[in-house]
Amino acid sequence: MSTQLASERLAVARRSARARVIFALGPVTILAGFVWAILQPYRITLLHPRGQGFWWLLVEPPLLVVLAGVAFALVVAPGLIDDLEEAEA
Amino acid sequence: MIPPAEHVHWLFATGFLLLGLCLFARAVVGEEVWGRRRWRAYLWPSLLFGLGVLMWPVMVFFTNSAIHMMAHGSWAQTMMLAGAAELGLVRGKLKSPLWRLAVPLALFASGAALLVHEQNGWFFARSAFLHHALGWWAIAGAAVAVVSALRPRSPVWSSGVALVLVVVAVFLYCDRDVAPVFGHLSPLAGERHR
Repeated sequence: MSTQLASERLAVARRSARARVIFALGPVTILAGFVWAILQPYRITLLHPRGQGFWWLLVEPPLLVVLAGVAFALVVAPGLIDDLEEAEA
Repeated sequence: MIPPAEHVHWLFATGFLLLGLCLFARAVVGEEVWGRRRWRAYLWPSLLFGLGVLMWPVMVFFTNSAIHMMAHGSWAQTMMLAGAAELGLVRGKLKSPLWRLAVPLALFASGAALLVHEQNGWFFARSAFLHHALGWWAIAGAAVAVVSALRPRSPVWSSGVALVLVVVAVFLYCDRDVAPVFGHLSPLAGERHR
């Protein structure tokens, strides 16, 4: 195991409960979108695109949930965790 | 190129989901940490303001009665007011904490408009059921938002407002133009969608 990987794992282990909640929000939302897609695959029109109109191909509710989770995880969570850990230090 | 009404509900649901995620994260870390980066402090009020702005095209293109126009117009106005009030508070232009009551006002106005503009009973179709459920949920959510506005440092009440918005998103994602609800679908509702 590389030193960098070990130190990253140590940093994750040291995270406070609040930081872990923020870290988990995005992935949990993404997981919810995937579970919905599995439970109701007919709501993903990309799986059966033939004959579908523009809006049916563009707006796919389970994928929108995944997208919201990805946006939160990539845009909001990293900086927020940094600021939280700085404030708690 | 006008999307079906159900697609508009799903797009707004995504906006409310993002809003709920931001408000929950803010409740978890506290207002001080959330506001450490200026762009982040402006994020959720801007999103709320933007959702209000986007309600105007909804009002214009999805008006099938005067009462629909009034309902969509009142949502647009109160959501923009709530977003603008929170932006003013973050920027420091507004000083009075009473401006925080703009969010519960928006929720109450939205709930009342939903209940008033739904002309059919609960089990007419899924959209009618969701209008009633959303209306009462938003009014109950307004009460939670009032307490949160009066106790802005309470993580419990702030999380409550976030939960209200996430449930609003779930309701909106469930919306279909013509679909049954718990096995009920009035023959007057029209031809059932997939």
